[in-house]
Amino acid sequence: MNEILPNSYRTGPDEAGHFGIFGGRYVAETLMPLILEVEKAYNAARRDPAFEEELRYYQKHYVGRPSPMYFAKSLTAHFGGAKIYLKRDELNHTGSHKVNNCLGQALVAKRMGKTEIIAETGAGQHGVAVATVCALFGMSCKVFMGAEDVRRQKPNVERMKLLGAEVIPVTSGTGTLKDAMNEALRFWVAHPETHFYIIGTVAGPHPYPQMVRDFQSVIGIEAREQIQEAEGRLPDALVACIGGGSNAIGLFHPFLDDKDVKIFGVEAAGDGIETGKHAASITGGRPGVLHGNRTYLLQTDDGQIVDAHSISAGLDYPGIGPEHSWLAETGRVTYVSATDEEALDAFQLLTRTEGMIPALEPAHALSYVGKIAPEMGPDEIIIMNMCGRGDKDVASVIEHLKARGKFPKDDS
Amino acid sequence: MTVERIENRFAALKAEGRGGLVTFVTAGDPDPRISLDLIKGLPKAGADVIEIGMPFSDPMADGPAIQASSLRAINAGMTLRKTIELVRAFRRGDTETPIIAMGYYNPIYSYGVDAFLKDAVEAGIDGLIIVDLPPEEDDELCVPAMDAGLAFIRLATPTTDDKRLPAVLNRSSGFVYYVAIAGITGTRSAQTEDIQAAVDRLRPNTDLPLAVGFGIRTPEQARIVADIADAAVVGSALVQAVADTAAEGGDAVKAGLDFVKSLADGIRER
Repeated sequence: MNEILPNSYRTGPDEAGHFGIFGGRYVAETLMPLILEVEKAYNAARRDPAFEEELRYYQKHYVGRPSPMYFAKSLTAHFGGAKIYLKRDELNHTGSHKVNNCLGQALVAKRMGKTEIIAETGAGQHGVAVATVCALFGMSCKVFMGAEDVRRQKPNVERMKLLGAEVIPVTSGTGTLKDAMNEALRFWVAHPETHFYIIGTVAGPHPYPQMVRDFQSVIGIEAREQIQEAEGRLPDALVACIGGGSNAIGLFHPFLDDKDVKIFGVEAAGDGIETGKHAASITGGRPGVLHGNRTYLLQTDDGQIVDAHSISAGLDYPGIGPEHSWLAETGRVTYVSATDEEALDAFQLLTRTEGMIPALEPAHALSYVGKIAPEMGPDEIIIMNMCGRGDKDVASVIEHLKARGKFPKDDS
Repeated sequence: MTVERIENRFAALKAEGRGGLVTFVTAGDPDPRISLDLIKGLPKAGADVIEIGMPFSDPMADGPAIQASSLRAINAGMTLRKTIELVRAFRRGDTETPIIAMGYYNPIYSYGVDAFLKDAVEAGIDGLIIVDLPPEEDDELCVPAMDAGLAFIRLATPTTDDKRLPAVLNRSSGFVYYVAIAGITGTRSAQTEDIQAAVDRLRPNTDLPLAVGFGIRTPEQARIVADIADAAVVGSALVQAVADTAAEGGDAVKAGLDFVKSLADGIRER
């Protein structure tokens, strides 16, 4: 699509927040001054060594960074091809990569003197991470969550409440993650002076896609160093799952200019792309404007947004970060997809071979690793982002496995 | 016609010495038939300018009443193409009342900007209010719309500070829509003195007429606002009146038009 390929894939966005034609600031006038204020505060923060130092302190002592880079020997033997390394962001405090971004944004909010935080959440991983940093910094916290997700993700709802957050069930629209984001934006429009909105993924209006990416890039920065240390060279391939795409961009971004590193983003194919019941915005959508940015969206011919479907609530979003849309159009990153079934199989495989229960989100990534690893040589290297652990998914996975007759019968 | 139809209407209101009534309804709500009858009846009931909502699945600046109206319309099969047809049908009986299409960018982007502008002008749409296109994104639609002769009506809000005001008012045409509260449609109402202060702040910065909306629900509120500004915009309360009556199986068109008449009478009562 783009006739001229850029010299670097790491310079975006431009000043107006565009990655090629994607990104931008498509928000109501009421929000514009706030967004400009966030942009200004973020730009000042990232140039301030004191901010960097504080962020690093909490990353190390509170989150537990750097997260390990683990050589998955049994998994490698199982697939019989490339060496597979797992970047273990599931070991972070709160159990996923989400906390990397929440910590950064909370520190920006703190600099701005804002002590009231709002957020949206789908599966509740981002909500828990926001509630956690709010407890840490003594901030109030409201989390908007689709009513259906509130029901499905009870343990995370309870965690948020224990952490002192107010969980607001959203029934408007279709009561899903996109509606939770609409409702958070509506609340923000009505409380512009007092509140800071911590968006959980690399979507939303500029500067959010950039800011969230920068805070998540710690994943890829560490991974580069760790793989050099372990193997003395860069990997041949990176694989990460994509809903909005924050863990993926975090891993990918520091490698974008390493031309020999192949990069794969794995979207959720749900019941299968052909069924229309999926969450694969790039594979099955087209460009549009939602939640403040232009990006690939699942939509009808009339431009109405369609609900996403995935076994993984964390991937259940009808859009994708604008930078991913740009990376897809430039061809730098290859976007593929994995179905619910494939993710369930990968979930069980990792659990049995490595003794790690992954979240259903990275199980999608693992499914694709299983497709490429056997085709690669034993000297080749894949890094997969293990972006979350599966405690939250245990009950629903058991339900799915029982429904398919795949769960071991009770002995008792 | 397009932008001239808006200018003529505000000039006529000025000559009459009163503020105008701008009414908002969502195209195709609660169904396309009722919607057309309602819109056809609005001028006679006293609406000076008609805003027609283009339904969108994710109206992020709208409150519950207009969100629900959008979903009802979509579920009743409404599309942007049909919204344009609705205006075309209205225009067969009315060539004077300005029609402003209001909504969000994605359905237009999906339709194709050039195709939309051509069809909109031909159908008799006079202006656009696109909630999620701030001045920062003017190249998308504002500039081509104004080139096509349509008014691009900008929203100014309580958070639009003096530094930002020129950018907001620049490349506005038709009128300026002041959003009376920081918030979404159909929720709180602003204090009269706050509206007065806002109008006083805007006046020196623009020659365009000022319409004020968000939170105006009664004939009394409409009268006060229309006295301070050049027009009062009523949306959620009208949409709700139509929806409630339709839900009860009553005459939704009559309920909507009776409500508009009460607002128009309020505005004319000095």
